[in-house]
Order: sequence, then C-alpha cells, then structure tokens
Amino acid sequence: MLEWILTAIVRALAVSTPLLWASLGEIYAERSGVINLGVEGMMILGALFAFVVAQVTGYPVAGLLAAAAAGGLAALLHAFVSITLRANQYVSGLALTMLGLGLAGVLGRGWEGIPLLNALPEISGLTYLGLLLAVGLWLVLHHTRLGMVIRSTGESPAAAEALGVNVHLVRYLCVVFGGTMAGVAGGFLSVAYRPSWTEGMTAGLGWIAIAITIFAGWDPLKAVGGALFFGALFHLSFRLQAWVPPEALRMMPFAFTILVLAATSGRRRGRGAPEALGLPYAAGER
Amino acid sequence: MKRLGPFSVERVLVPSGAWVLAISLGAIAAALVAAGVIFWAFGINPLRAYAIIFAGTLADRRAAPEILRQAAPLLLAGVGLVLAFRAQFWNIGAEGQLLAGAVASTGVALFSPIPAPWLLPAMFVAGFLGGALWGLLPTLLRLKLEVNEVVSTLMMNYVALFSVEWLIHGPWKGKTAFGFAYTDTFPEAARLALIPGTRVHWPTLVLGIALAGALAFFLGRARLGFEIRVLGENPTAARYAGIDPFRTILLAMAFSAGAAGLAGVGEVAGIHHKLLAPGQVSLGYGYAAIIVAWLARGNPLAAILTALFLGLIFSSGDVMKVSLQMPFRVTDVFNGLILFFLIGSERLLNYRLRWAPGDRAAETADA
Repeated sequence: MLEWILTAIVRALAVSTPLLWASLGEIYAERSGVINLGVEGMMILGALFAFVVAQVTGYPVAGLLAAAAAGGLAALLHAFVSITLRANQYVSGLALTMLGLGLAGVLGRGWEGIPLLNALPEISGLTYLGLLLAVGLWLVLHHTRLGMVIRSTGESPAAAEALGVNVHLVRYLCVVFGGTMAGVAGGFLSVAYRPSWTEGMTAGLGWIAIAITIFAGWDPLKAVGGALFFGALFHLSFRLQAWVPPEALRMMPFAFTILVLAATSGRRRGRGAPEALGLPYAAGER
Repeated sequence: MKRLGPFSVERVLVPSGAWVLAISLGAIAAALVAAGVIFWAFGINPLRAYAIIFAGTLADRRAAPEILRQAAPLLLAGVGLVLAFRAQFWNIGAEGQLLAGAVASTGVALFSPIPAPWLLPAMFVAGFLGGALWGLLPTLLRLKLEVNEVVSTLMMNYVALFSVEWLIHGPWKGKTAFGFAYTDTFPEAARLALIPGTRVHWPTLVLGIALAGALAFFLGRARLGFEIRVLGENPTAARYAGIDPFRTILLAMAFSAGAAGLAGVGEVAGIHHKLLAPGQVSLGYGYAAIIVAWLARGNPLAAILTALFLGLIFSSGDVMKVSLQMPFRVTDVFNGLILFFLIGSERLLNYRLRWAPGDRAAETADA
C-alpha cells in the first residue's frame, strides 16, 4: 500500500512538472500584459527538438536546451505579431498553436516511434528546478524592481512608459521567457516522461497550463498547487482504468479544468488578472 | 504625411473593400511563400510542390469537387463563428460543437422511430440543438461567473472528443462493426444526397449558403442583429442603449454553436453514414473555421469565399499526403501561417496609398 502511494506521488509529480514549467512561463508573459495561447504549439516544438537533439548528441540536457531555444523562437514570432504589429493576441496565439502542431507533425515524421537511448529519469532535476523556479519567480515578481516593472507593464503600460520603462522591450522579454519555459516543458515530455517522439504528444497539456495560470491568480507560488492538482488528476486517470471507462478518465482533467475555473473565478474580480492583459500597446498613442 | 515613391501614404479610418481584399490576398500570398520553406526543408522544390497541388485540386475534374465537400463544414462552422466574434465572444469550441451535432444526429438516425421523409430534417434539428447545447455551458459560465470562454470552450472540445470515443467504443458500438470502433451504419433515409460522382453532400452546402445569406440580412436589418453589433463594437454604448448582454450573447452563441452542430450532421449523414473516431468525423474543421471567420472579417457572405479557400487547403492536404508523402498535419502549417500573415497585415488596413506624383514639388517647396 505504502509503495502504491509512493509510486502514485512520484508519477503525479512527473506529470505536474511540465504543467508547472509551462504555466510559470505563461504567468510572466501575461503579467507583462501579453496573453499567449500558443503554449500547446511551443510545447510540441520543444518536445520534438528536445528529442531530436538528445537522440543525435546523446545528451538529454542538450535536448532540453534545444527545446528552450525552439520554444523561445516560437514565442518571438508571437511577440513580434502581437507586440510590434499590435495584432489580436488571442488569434496570434491560436495561430502559433496551429503552426507549432503542424510543423512538429511534418518535421517529426521520421522520428516517430524510436525510443530515446539516453533518457532522463522521470523525477529529474527539472522537477526540483521547477519548484525552485516557482519560488524564485515569485520573489522576483513581488520583491524586486524588475518584478515591479513587469507588473506595471501589464497593469498600466502608459504609466510605466511615463516612468521610463520600455514597455515593448519588457513584453518581448517576458513572452520569449514564457516560450523557453514552455519549450522545456515539452522537452521534459520527450526526454524524461515518455522518452520518445509521438505526434501530438502534448495532448492538451499546454491548454491546461493556461488554465492553471488563470486560477493560480497569476501567482507563481499558487501555480505549484495547480500543477500538482492536475498532475495528480492525470495520474489518477491512469490508475482508475480498471474501474472506469478509459475515455471518461482521459476526459477528466479537461472537465475538471472547467469546474475549477468556475469554482475559483466566481464574481470575485481583481483576483490578479493584469489590467492591460490582451490589449496591444502603442507608445505615445491614445 | 509620408511618401512612398510617387504615392502619398495616408491614414484612413474605414478601409475600402478593394483595399481589404488586396491586403488579404497579399497576406495569403506571403503565407504561401513562407510555407514554401517547409517544402524546401522537406527536400521538395516549392514550385514543383505548388504545381502538383494545383494539378491535384483545381485542375483535376474529379478532385475539384473535394474542395466543395471540405468547404461545407467549414462554411457552417465559420458562419457561426462570424456571429460569435461579432459579439466579441471568443468561441474556440466549434470543433466540440461540431462533434456534439454529429452525436445528436447519429442518435436520431439510429435510435429514433421518425419515418423516412422527416428523418433527415429531424437530424439537422437535433444537430443544431446538440451543438447549441454544447456551447451553452461555456456561455453561461462566462455570462454568470466571468469564466474565460477561450479556455472553457477549448476544454469542451476535449470533453466532446473523449465522449465520442466513449460512445463508439462502448454503448453505441455497432453490432455489425466487427470489433472496429464505430456505430452501425445509418439507414438509407438518414443519408444525404450527393452530387453524382462526387462526395459533395449538396444539401449541407445549400444550408450553409442560406445561413450565410440569412445572417447577413439579420445583422444588417434585424433589431437583434443590430444589438449584437453594438454589443461587440462598444459594450458601454450597448449598456446605455438598454441592450441586455445576457440575452444577446446567449442567442448569438446558440446560433454560433448550433451552426457548428449542423456541420457535424453533414459529415456523418453525408460522408461517413455512421459515427466514428472524432479525428475522422472532423479533420479539424472547427479550428480552421476560426480562419474562415477571421478572413471574412465579420461579413457572413464573405465566409462563403473564405470557406472555399480553406476547403482548397484541406483538399491540398490530401494531395500533399498522397503525392508528396507529407503528413496531413501540413495543413496546420498552412493554416497557422495564413492566420499569422493575416493578422500581421491588419495594421496596413488603416493606411492607403494615393497616387500623387505632383505633391512632391509642393512638399519640397514647403521645406
């Protein structure tokens, strides 16, 4: 029994790792005022590039670095379109998800079904690093000048600009940072969690990460709780297969997301949603 | 005022139709050039690839109708999204609403005692209601609890997907399916007429065009249509005008999700004649319909054209799969790039070029 519980905890921690990384990144992007619905696309690109680079070089860590770069580059595209060109952030993020899923599907075709030779263990440094990052990112956001600059950019870009903050630069950095985090999250899937590459292997985790961002109230520390909760839920959906139809179980995390959003969102406004979230900002324009 | 050669660059508030069309076509052309890089990375000469796609779609008499067949679900779902987006409701759940429509109409086709001539109409009604019902929960959550509809409608897509999986593996699994995961086939009376020699279930297409026309009329003339427009464009003004956002958005979303449900009816009653794996019922029409609606820029009639264009991309996907050995996913690359270039070029809509070669002298004289 104890062993059962222990494996359950380990497996749940493993699933929550990519959720945590991706949502931490999204929290920073959204805190700066840019919503990025492309998490799923950035994650799948990270998964593919991590697998390919890890397989070719033999170093899973090199794969993770490649994943970070791929995610960051993908986010750069979203940043350019939504910040510089001031296009609709929702649509740009959706386009990024389509493009990422499509590119990974096309480029990854030859790599399908090959097991990774040098895989990382399921609970690797990434899990602990993710927890440390959550604390670190919370400290930066709430107790440093940099954090204040990021938050003011997301709350009131015009006021931030008046105080000498380069709004566009801050937003670019936060969005690209979010992309690298999502990339690593995807890379974790293909070099540690399920050391192989399969098309569509992110299977909606990117969207759950976005949901965690919302009901964690854009707070890195609360995102830890959200990620653990959904990690446990995903694990449970594998564990209960003997009693419940597998389709109902696989549906569970998604149905729960709606429930949790409904339960936490409520009518309580101002739970930390950045005031200028989703609004393009043009310097000097009203 | 800026100049570009003999042109002067001016700001405009409302761009002309021709300018919108020119920018849209330019964006699509740029996206196709960018997609060419993918072919090149795949070791295929992009020009040759496009030639093959053209020969296998538009230029092939037997393949060209496939564009219409792909356009039918895209048009229905896309027209629905036009309305939702006009009301500023971010319905990303057309995919799930389409599946819900397919499920509801399958239920009617297989398990209802409705006699032959009324069976298909009943299936369409059920499909509309099924889709609308699927869109209801996220709508109510947004209106009552301010739950972000992007996330909730998207989550409903996954719930729909696994519900269909469950139905075809469990309670609705066909007795004649021999271990395969799909339902029994529909009776003859539950199948849509096809244009002979094609897979074009024309009644769905006609329905889509009629719906687009009706919506265009409705948005322009009816009171509710006016309210939806005001609500979408200026919520504050809508409040002062006494427009009830609850009722308005609820009705707009019922239509939007219902239309996507109709698309699902067309797929099961026109093509497959059974309910099968969600990835086969819809090739991602619900997501591509977002592009149909965005490209149509809020105009339901324009959605007819943009649905045909997206239909062309989907049928190109088949050609790329067969002739170029690329995965069907390549359509997502096209869709993503087109969407990026489309929204990226929107800023250009607010400028216009005016042929004014003589102004240059005046300007230099001023300086």
